[in-house]
Amino acid sequence: MNQLNNFSKGFLRENPILVLLLGTCPTLAVTSSAMNGLGMGLATTFVLFMSNVFISVVKNFVPDKVRIPAFVVVIASFVTIVDLLMQAYTPALSNQLGIFIPLIVVNCIVLGRAEAFAAKNNVFSSFIDGLGMGLGFTMALVIIGGIREMLGAGSIFGYKFIAEGADGILVFILAPGAFITLGFLIAILKKINKSS
Amino acid sequence: MAKKESSFKNMTIALFVITAVAGLALSAVYSVTKEPIAISQKAKINNAIKMVIPEFETIADTVLMPQDGKDSIRIHRLLKGTENSGIAVETYTDKGFSGRFTLMVGFAPDGSISNIEVLEHKETPGLGTKMALPAFKDQFKGLKLSELPGEKLKVKKDGGSVDAITAATISSRAFCDAVNRAYETNKKGGNQ
Amino acid sequence: MEYIIIIISAIFVNNIVLAQFLGICPFLGVSTKTETAIGMGASVLFVMTLATIVTYLVQMYVLVPLNLAFLQTISFILIIAALVQMLEIILKKVSPSLYQALGIYLPLITTNCAVLGVAILVIKKDFNLTESVVFTVATAIGFALALVIFSGIREQLAIADVPKGMKGIPIALVTAGILALAFMGFAGLV
Repeated sequence: MNQLNNFSKGFLRENPILVLLLGTCPTLAVTSSAMNGLGMGLATTFVLFMSNVFISVVKNFVPDKVRIPAFVVVIASFVTIVDLLMQAYTPALSNQLGIFIPLIVVNCIVLGRAEAFAAKNNVFSSFIDGLGMGLGFTMALVIIGGIREMLGAGSIFGYKFIAEGADGILVFILAPGAFITLGFLIAILKKINKSS
Repeated sequence: MAKKESSFKNMTIALFVITAVAGLALSAVYSVTKEPIAISQKAKINNAIKMVIPEFETIADTVLMPQDGKDSIRIHRLLKGTENSGIAVETYTDKGFSGRFTLMVGFAPDGSISNIEVLEHKETPGLGTKMALPAFKDQFKGLKLSELPGEKLKVKKDGGSVDAITAATISSRAFCDAVNRAYETNKKGGNQ
Repeated sequence: MEYIIIIISAIFVNNIVLAQFLGICPFLGVSTKTETAIGMGASVLFVMTLATIVTYLVQMYVLVPLNLAFLQTISFILIIAALVQMLEIILKKVSPSLYQALGIYLPLITTNCAVLGVAILVIKKDFNLTESVVFTVATAIGFALALVIFSGIREQLAIADVPKGMKGIPIALVTAGILALAFMGFAGLV
């Protein structure tokens, strides 16, 4: 039950983007389509649970004062691994996400979970926590990307549902649309969390 | 197990071990992925060439043409069997709406444009991105720049013959600039 | 001329916060008062310029010659973290008044993705050292500009009559969206 709770809290109650407001940069930048959101979300999830597991394994060997630099090295290594793997096996997606892959390093979610959870809990809980948080992050990214893609381009995951040659409401795939969509989503989730 | 205390020795050892492990792991992954990355980059260029000169079979040679003070342009000379099947030029412009974009321009053996492929761009989605669609770029097919006034492509607004994309004149103008650059570069040195 | 284009493009057209989405966390976090926004802007300018110079030199004279470009991410973030820490110690000793003004922002800057972002961007854009510095300074000014404008608006928003559900972050984000829309007007300037 406890583990289930650890897993599910990342989705609604402590959703990293929509409730905790962590990692807003990649959220806004790569969500011009649902597919990009999914790719970014999964890359971050991988880094999140790998570094969570690794840090909870080594936490007792690392003296407190050098805790943060040690965690950063661990996270940066996993980010580089993801970056290299994506360049090798999903070059198109890696091209789309560009600079935001290396920037997972400074995504506050990853270091935040390492510090707040993995450094204090056992390996299994940390694994569950990382997975749940990562998937919650991915979910939020796909929702935002989906909304922006539907409104802005009239398609979802690349499948167009408006007439060929017709345009969507362009502003939603441009920068301003990212801010506006996230703003309204947060307001809606606030309402849901309050009423439940 | 007890937490290690923050003595100088412990801190140094911990950081050293972690960085060493990280370094080792990264070099391992790097050496594994090095080849697939190189292959996928090569495949990307090959695919783009295939789009603009479909009948090519091998790249005879690739010439790097330096532009005065700027980045150089790659010219691929293509063969089908032993026969000349045209030239593909990786060209660019810095005049795009959001800065640089790159194109692959294919010239048939008779010097006419056979097709154009957009490689990388940051143009506005829904507006400038339309330059990658056939509706815009097909108007260049079969054009010979040598027969145009001043041997340059221009949009209609500037007195030329190219239909610009609605609400994206800057992108269209930049597109012409990139194609012109490809033509000039090719004329200067591609035939040596 | 080249430099003027780089400057205008980095401050207005490709504004780091409103068009490139880097440094959103501090943009939302410390923009409730104009005074703190100015402090943050100044600190970022300082750290970003220093960090870019160091990371650029490391990339060109250490990582590339040794064929270790794949260690870019990990070495850049460590350099930035170390730099921020050093700056904090030096400022404390040398200029306590400056430390008082900027001190509280410094730890926040390590996790400001704009700093790492710009360090990686100048490498990707193939800038030389002078261009890199010009680009970085202009980008930081763009960051400060967006932050100061936004904080001015938020000071007004705090006393405005906003629907209950939209109070706080949601209305701030929508406002940022409108600000981004305004900045899009600069597009095509260069």
